[in-house]
Amino acid sequence: MLNYFISRIASACVVILGVSCLVFFFIHLIPGDPIEVMLGESARPADREALRQALGLNQPILTQLGQYLSNLSQFDLGRSLHSKQAISSLLWERIPATVELALSGLLVALVLAFPLGIIAALKRDTAWDHSAMTVSLLGVSIPNFWMGPLLILAFSIGLGWLPVSGRDEATSIILPALTLGTAMAAILSRMIRSTLLEVLGEDYIRTARAKGLSSYQVVLRHALRNAMLPVITLIGLQLGTLLGGAVITEIVFAWPGVGQLTIEAIQKRDYPVLQACILLISVSYVVVNTMTDLVYGALDPRVRLNES
Amino acid sequence: MIRDSLSIGVIAVWVFAALFGAYFGLSPYEIDLPSILTPPNSQVWLGHDDLGRPLFDRLVEGANVSFTVAVTVVIISSVMGTLIGTTSAYFGGWFDHLIVRIIDVLLAFPGILLAIALAGVMGPGIENVVIALSIVGWVGFARLSRAQVMSVKHRDHVVAANALGSTRTTIIFRHLIPLILAPLMIEATFGIASVILAEASLSFLGLGVQPPSASWGNMVRDGTRYMLVAPHMVLMPGLAIMMVVLAVNLLGDRIRDRLDVRIKENNEK
Repeated sequence: MLNYFISRIASACVVILGVSCLVFFFIHLIPGDPIEVMLGESARPADREALRQALGLNQPILTQLGQYLSNLSQFDLGRSLHSKQAISSLLWERIPATVELALSGLLVALVLAFPLGIIAALKRDTAWDHSAMTVSLLGVSIPNFWMGPLLILAFSIGLGWLPVSGRDEATSIILPALTLGTAMAAILSRMIRSTLLEVLGEDYIRTARAKGLSSYQVVLRHALRNAMLPVITLIGLQLGTLLGGAVITEIVFAWPGVGQLTIEAIQKRDYPVLQACILLISVSYVVVNTMTDLVYGALDPRVRLNES
Repeated sequence: MIRDSLSIGVIAVWVFAALFGAYFGLSPYEIDLPSILTPPNSQVWLGHDDLGRPLFDRLVEGANVSFTVAVTVVIISSVMGTLIGTTSAYFGGWFDHLIVRIIDVLLAFPGILLAIALAGVMGPGIENVVIALSIVGWVGFARLSRAQVMSVKHRDHVVAANALGSTRTTIIFRHLIPLILAPLMIEATFGIASVILAEASLSFLGLGVQPPSASWGNMVRDGTRYMLVAPHMVLMPGLAIMMVVLAVNLLGDRIRDRLDVRIKENNEK
C-alpha cells in the first residue's frame, strides 16, 4: 500500500518537473527575438537590455533553466511585464473564480450524467437508450464557445432570467457552469452506461435478481457501486478537460478566472504571466489525477497489487 | 441505418464544400454595406455578416480551412505518433522510458490548454495552428500504438519473422503496424472531430485563422458581438461545427463497432 502511494507521488513529481521544464521553453518558441515581441519594435535599446537581464535571457540556457526551477521551488513566479504586479498575487486573485466554475461545472455534469447513463443502460437498445446516447453525443459535439452564446441567447436575451456575463450576481455562475458541465456530462454518461452494462452481466447481479430484489435495489446497491470505480477515474481525467474548457468558457462569459488571465496574457504578450497560468493549470491537473489514482488504489486492492 | 446515411451525407457535403467550394464563384470577401447584418431570406439563405458578406459563402470558405487543418493535423500526428509509439514499444529500454516520460508530460496539459499556449506563443496563423495541434495530437497515437504493440510483439509470427532474419524495419512495418491499424483508424476518425473543434476554439480565441480569412471559429467570435441584433451570425457557423463534429463522431462510433473485436465478442455473449 505504502509502496504504491510513494511510487504514484514520485511519478507525479517527475511529471511536474517535466511540465515546468517544458513551460520554461515556451519563451524560446517565440519566433525572432522574444524581447522585441514583448516590448514592440519601437522600444528603446536600454529598456530591451533591462528586460533581457530581468528575464535572464542573456544567460546560457541551462543557467536560465536552473534559475527558473530554483525560483519556482520558492514559489517565485516573477512579475507581470504589463502591470508589474507579482504574478503569484495575480493568480491568487483569479483562482477562486476558476475553482468555483470548475466545481459547479462538475456538479452539473454529475447531475446530468448519472440519470442519462443509468436509463440508457437499463433500457439497452430501446428508444430511451438511443435518445440518451444521441443527447450525450450531441453534448460532445457542441463546442463550449457555441454552447455559451446559445444559452445567453435563450436565457439572458430571450427570457431575461439570467445575467449575460461577469461574476457580480449569485446567478451569474449558472450559465457558465451549464456550458462547462454539458460536455463532461456527455462523456461521463457514456462511460456510466458501458460500465453499468458490463456489471449488469455479472453473476452476482443475477443472484441479486434471483433473491427477488427490486431492480431499483439491484441497480443502486449492487450494480452502481461496482460500476463506480472506472467512473471515478474518468471524473479525475475529465477534470483536466474541464480546466482546459474553463479557459474558453471564461472568455465567453467574461468570468474573471485563471483562463481569462491566460488569454489576456497572450493578447498583451505578457509571457511570464502566460507561463505561470499554464503551469498552474497543468500542475493542478497532475495533482487531481494523482489524487484520483490514490483514491482508486485505496478503494480497489487489485490496482495497487498490479502496480507493485 | 438512417443515422449512418445522415452522418455520411453530412461529411460528404462538408468534404465537397471544402474541396470544390472555390470553383462555384462564391464571394466570401465581398463587402456589401447595404446588406450589413441582413437576416436569412429567400435570396441569401443564411444572411449577411457585419460587413455585408454572405454567410453561406464564408461558411464554405470556413469548411475549407477546417478540413485542411483537420486532415493535415491527423495525418502528421498519426504518422508521427504511430512511428514513435511502435518503435518505443518494440525496442524498449531507455528509449521507451524516455518516450513514456515525454508522453506523460504532454498529457499533463489538460485538454486544449497546450495548443492554446503554443499558438499564443508562436503567434496566430493557420500554419502555427497546424504545428500546435500536431504537437498535441501525436501523443494519443503514440500511447495507443505503444500499448497495442506491447500486446502483439511477442506473437508467434513476430518471433518467427525475427528467427528468419527479418530486419527490424520489416518487422515493424510488415508484421506489427498492420496488426494495430484498426484501433489507429478509430483514433484517427475521432481525431478529425477533435481537431475541427480545437481549430475552431483557437480561431474563436483569436489565436488561429485571422480575418479576413473565414474560419467557423472566428465567425462565431464575430457573431457574439452582434447577438442582440443578428443572432444568425452566431447560430450558422456553430451549427456547421456541431453537424460535422457529430457526423464524424457517429461515423467513429460505427467504425469502432465494426472493427473492435472486444465489443463484438461482448455482443455475441
